[in-house]
Amino acid sequence: METILGLDLPTWWFLVIGGLITGYGVLDGFDLGAGALHLFFKKEESRRLVLNAIGPVWDGNEVWLVIAGGALFAGFPLVYGVVLSTFYIPFMLFLVALIFRAISIEFRSKETWLWWRKMWDISYTVSSTGITLLLGLVLGNLIHGLPINKEHEFTGTLLTFFNPYAILIAFTTLSLFMLHGSIYLVMKTENRLYTRLTVIVNNCSKFFILCFILTSMATLIYVPHMTLQFKSHPQLFLLPMLAVLILLNIKRNVDARRYYTAFLYSSIITACLLILFAVGLYPNIVISTTDPAYSISIYAAASSVKSLKIMLLIAAIGTPMVIGYTTFLFWTFRGKVKLNEMSY
Amino acid sequence: MPSVEILSRIQFAFTIAFHYIYPPLSIGLGLCLVIMEGLYLKTGLSLYKDITRFWIKIFALIFGIGVATGIVMEFEFGTNWATYSHYVGDIFGSALAAEGIFAFAMESAFLGVLLFGWNRVHKGVHFFSTCMVALGSIFSALWIVIANSWQQTPTGYRIEGHDLQARAVVTDFWEMVFNPSSVDRFSHVIIGSFLAGSFLVMSVAAWYILKNRSAKHAQAMFKVGLGVAVIAALMQLFTGHRSAHYVSKYQPAKLAAMEGHYDSSAVAPMYIVGWVDNKNEKTTGIKIPGGLSFLTHGSFSAPVEGLRATPKADRPGAVNFVFQMYHIMISIGMILIALTLLAVFLLWRKKLFNQRWLMIIFAWAVLLPQIANQVGWYAAEVGRQPWVVYKLLRTSDALSRKVTADQVMFSLILFTLVYMLLFTLFIYLLTRKIQHGPDVSENAEIEYDGYYHDNITYHPTKL
Repeated sequence: METILGLDLPTWWFLVIGGLITGYGVLDGFDLGAGALHLFFKKEESRRLVLNAIGPVWDGNEVWLVIAGGALFAGFPLVYGVVLSTFYIPFMLFLVALIFRAISIEFRSKETWLWWRKMWDISYTVSSTGITLLLGLVLGNLIHGLPINKEHEFTGTLLTFFNPYAILIAFTTLSLFMLHGSIYLVMKTENRLYTRLTVIVNNCSKFFILCFILTSMATLIYVPHMTLQFKSHPQLFLLPMLAVLILLNIKRNVDARRYYTAFLYSSIITACLLILFAVGLYPNIVISTTDPAYSISIYAAASSVKSLKIMLLIAAIGTPMVIGYTTFLFWTFRGKVKLNEMSY
Repeated sequence: MPSVEILSRIQFAFTIAFHYIYPPLSIGLGLCLVIMEGLYLKTGLSLYKDITRFWIKIFALIFGIGVATGIVMEFEFGTNWATYSHYVGDIFGSALAAEGIFAFAMESAFLGVLLFGWNRVHKGVHFFSTCMVALGSIFSALWIVIANSWQQTPTGYRIEGHDLQARAVVTDFWEMVFNPSSVDRFSHVIIGSFLAGSFLVMSVAAWYILKNRSAKHAQAMFKVGLGVAVIAALMQLFTGHRSAHYVSKYQPAKLAAMEGHYDSSAVAPMYIVGWVDNKNEKTTGIKIPGGLSFLTHGSFSAPVEGLRATPKADRPGAVNFVFQMYHIMISIGMILIALTLLAVFLLWRKKLFNQRWLMIIFAWAVLLPQIANQVGWYAAEVGRQPWVVYKLLRTSDALSRKVTADQVMFSLILFTLVYMLLFTLFIYLLTRKIQHGPDVSENAEIEYDGYYHDNITYHPTKL
């Protein structure tokens, strides 16, 4: 098979999708986390400030999901169909939650009635939390593996998804996003809200560390196929060690109130955890618990070589542009958030 | 319970039709915003600033719902149409990925600046952002219409595998992109969107004029909307003709359904209004004899391929539906041309804004391009049945094999409830915003009069 820089095209495309999902986790992760924390702020002004902190950027962040979805569709159409139709009900709930989240942000400020704002505040927190938990649940099941038969058909039921391991991953994702989101918010706020957030960041970091430890243990004990790669390539053990080091660094920077550095590290740990997941999975993309032979590998699922090449070119042209716009956007809205007449 | 196929088709039709209320409005409003803000930069008049800022707020509302309902569409391909996803992923997927990376990313990043950047960035940078948002929305239409057009007139592919494992694989990217129908269909869709947006602007403006509110602002909005609408309405005649022409060449069964034409050896008329009796394969109504023959072959006496040339199993079942939708679209297109030309004439005679009856028509006319856009797509998509990829993949084969009717019923009910709520809230908030009206700057109207009506050049610094 044709290779570029020693890697074959399906592997390249696996990396591209991994990169896009990581981008989504790092970017939308903080605004989903901010949404999950929204109800912890009691005052109207605080709620407006934390909402406007993500105001100009959340929509752009969500686009990474659309791009990652499109990339999966384009690169591994078989997996796109199998994964989405397998998780039919979770994905439908996910889509409805995305709608509610978008309209909560958009509609909340349109009326000043107390009940109106309260209603959208609750809807915003519930949908943000729901989206995060559902993403974590899907991820957890993909790590754990699914009962997939020879025809790539799912043979389980809705209850199959609610295994303890997947639920644990769902809560780990929530804790990570809440930590990431709280660090983002503390960067964007000042005065009393800032002080309040420093406490929240501390609590979130404890919650995340707890989840991280539990997930690490559970993965080692219950998901042996995830560790197989590490046994054959011992140098990969650097990755989990790196994750632990970064985790300690987050804690250290949070304690020292160096939030920009902490945000950088919480972004890196999101990437690190997804890389660990990708390494454990490779070269498969959906793991069958029925029989390892039924797992769907990137080679079985990939689009044609020609299509992958065209899309790599599209990605190579598009990615710098996307990074350019994103940087421009974040640069324009840098600094502490202030309310004005165009705010939510 | 109805079959998975029927439920999935209803769900897809419902979610896409609902989604399609919003993107054409954002595309059309995007262009109007570029013109309004461009006029503000050119003249420096606060009036243009006021109307730009007013429409930005409405744009935000429409855009937000468009994005939220659009993500549903992307994922529905995988959830409900897994076999289809596998079949077309190599081709459709790349267009969708290009849409995301080239259009959506640009659109949403600059949207942040458009909505929240008014006092944060330089005027020129803000205007640039408005242009980028408008361009981004046009790009997104481009890629998605390319993807849809490939399904209507597939080119640049080969088929690998067989039966339900088969898939289409791209052999020539540019041939796939510029398949025979993509250019015509894209221009038709985009101009339809310009009409949707500009008629919304004119409708709101006409309402203010009727209520005697912020008259100068309303007239300025109306003129921007009318400028876009009159050109778009005339161009739509041309793109519509081109689209019909490609259909006659590549999807004769669809064209035959649009005109209710059955007999391949007969001269084909063009109906103004009519009714198709599909059971007895007979069409009655007011017609231009030989009209379709002329459209297809340039001669009023040439026979046109009819529906009977296609086996029953391979042609659309709902012929009368396709016929009616197509004719409603055409009738509305003609009405839009007449309305906009009349308005331009009256504007030239300086009599437009005191014609109350015409303002009442314009206040309601916002529905016309919306209906035309909807029914045009119904005709295009029902007319190509039973194929989802024309002559390659049947809609009934495209389903997710493991999804059950219960699951689809659940999601269909869920979407129906959520979308009903969403639509109610949208109409409510839109009405509120319109009732609130533009925030009028002090002296905006005096400035405006000074700029346009006094012979002395207006100098903002002197006021």
